[in-house]
Amino acid sequence: MDEVIALMRERLAALAPESLEIEDESAQHAGHEGARGGGGHYRMTIVSPQFAGLNSVARHRAIYQALGDLMGRRIHALSITAFTPEEF
Amino acid sequence: MNIQDVIREQVTSHPVVLYMKGTPQFPQCGFSATAAQILKACGVNDFYAVNVLENPEIREGIKQFANWPTIPQLYINGQFVGGADIMRELYQSGELQKLLAAGH
Repeated sequence: MDEVIALMRERLAALAPESLEIEDESAQHAGHEGARGGGGHYRMTIVSPQFAGLNSVARHRAIYQALGDLMGRRIHALSITAFTPEEF
Repeated sequence: MNIQDVIREQVTSHPVVLYMKGTPQFPQCGFSATAAQILKACGVNDFYAVNVLENPEIREGIKQFANWPTIPQLYINGQFVGGADIMRELYQSGELQKLLAAGH
């Protein structure tokens, strides 16, 4: 598995996800301006009971917080879809 | 004026502000392109767009301003709304159109 995805999974364990899918889409973005920094592009679908009662902004913030310094360094762009188990 | 004050001034003096990479005509990132397209789909063509690639201080400062690590970022009436994924969700549910109608 991609090293960055392994690191993401490790950090996101803090959110106790019931389901977590992460795709590396970096290849689709090779050569564009934002890709110059070297960070990858990822798409994630995450299901966690901890998202209950949180709106999308709060869910994304919880994810960014869990990822910590991976954001911006190893992750250039991240598309997030976040559900509770009930919504999924 | 420090950069946080500059940003506060921008988001409070324009009803709809989009921080993006590139311009609405020539976006430099897929997420920024999506964000600008969503605003246009909502009938908002005169939003205030800030090209962060032209201003490294704003590019870094905006991440602290909303405690949000990515660009694009949408503000309506000085309030942070979200990035491209959240804009898409709100657009599909019709909530973004309501926020824009109230703010514009």
